[in-house]
Amino acid sequence: MIELNDNALSIDYEKEADRICDFLRTTLRTELKRRGLVVAVSGGIDSTCSAALAVRALGKDKVFCLRLPEQDSTKATGDRSQILVDHLGVNYETHNIAGTLEAIGCYKWRDEAIKKVFPKYSADWKNKIVLKGGLEGKYNHFVLVVQTPDGELLEERLPLNEYLTIVAATNYKQRIRKTVEYFHADRLNYAVIGTPNRLEYDQGFFVKNGDGSADIKPIAHLYKTQVYAMARHLGVPESVCDAIPTTDTYSLSQGQDEFYFALPYEKMDYALWALNHQIPAKKLAEYLNVSKDQAELIYKDISTKRRTTAYMHAKPFLVDDVLDF
Amino acid sequence: MSIEETIREYILENFLFTDDQSLLSSEDSFMEKGIIDSTGILEVIFFLEEKFNVKVDDDEMIPENLDSVKNLVAFVGSKA
Repeated sequence: MIELNDNALSIDYEKEADRICDFLRTTLRTELKRRGLVVAVSGGIDSTCSAALAVRALGKDKVFCLRLPEQDSTKATGDRSQILVDHLGVNYETHNIAGTLEAIGCYKWRDEAIKKVFPKYSADWKNKIVLKGGLEGKYNHFVLVVQTPDGELLEERLPLNEYLTIVAATNYKQRIRKTVEYFHADRLNYAVIGTPNRLEYDQGFFVKNGDGSADIKPIAHLYKTQVYAMARHLGVPESVCDAIPTTDTYSLSQGQDEFYFALPYEKMDYALWALNHQIPAKKLAEYLNVSKDQAELIYKDISTKRRTTAYMHAKPFLVDDVLDF
Repeated sequence: MSIEETIREYILENFLFTDDQSLLSSEDSFMEKGIIDSTGILEVIFFLEEKFNVKVDDDEMIPENLDSVKNLVAFVGSKA
């Protein structure tokens, strides 16, 4: 009988690394017909692990990494991505996309929407959006948090139009990055790696035609806990493996759990695993030390996100089948 | 037009793209029937606030208030 316990996510990392690397080589050879891999490295653990797997699969000379900061990226993520590319010994390019984002209107659209909620907001304030509701039995909705230059934190529920505009504007970041990735992939005749972990892939935590776009996603089946362990198994420097999951998209520090997931990743992993293995909510509640009602809300939140983000995985819908490829 | 008719017309026109009244029962759960997702609920809230001049507080963003035509009618009525 399958039981929810601390070993639920344990796997043989050496075997799994071999399996993933075989998959990368085979897919490049038989499906993609490309001779290497492009990986954009953010300084987070997912792209770190993906890049390390790519190098293990193909060798450092067939992997090209990209560091793509913008004006809201932190120094810490930039430092970690630099340590990683130095450690891997790969060819890489650093391309600051702030100028492109400025030209296309990303910051202008975002800031104008923020000003409709906080009229005094200006460039020297910081901002982030925070998800609320799901674990309290309410509808998920976003709250805008800003910090004045004096350090005062203010927050307001985001009205519909401002919410949609801020998300649409910040989605430019992932989409411009992907455009740069495909430029280099085309130039080198390489394929592009997508770096979602299982939580992100399952729960739709990506931007369609942004970070969701890729030719191959080598860690989409691994829970985040396993991604950390895999990175350590592959010998990635500890200073990079220590990365705390952030979106690195908004100027105020923002954990992935407050932006999107109901719980910190360590707990979300087990909740998702438990749901995937039909573990009753009562057992999940005991394991996470929460009430049965809260465990049921966690399951419901996971199912809701699956349903509402399903379209992001979908190909364009056609009236008739055109060709069976 | 009554509150219920106004709400039904809005949901049918904006989420179901039809005027066929038979496609929406007043008790249909928007979420369970896949009619409206969480972003759609924000659209409904925007509509309520504009059309009926009501303020929807954070604590009121629950299915019991917003997840069917019947619930919406009762909620707007409670704000009158």
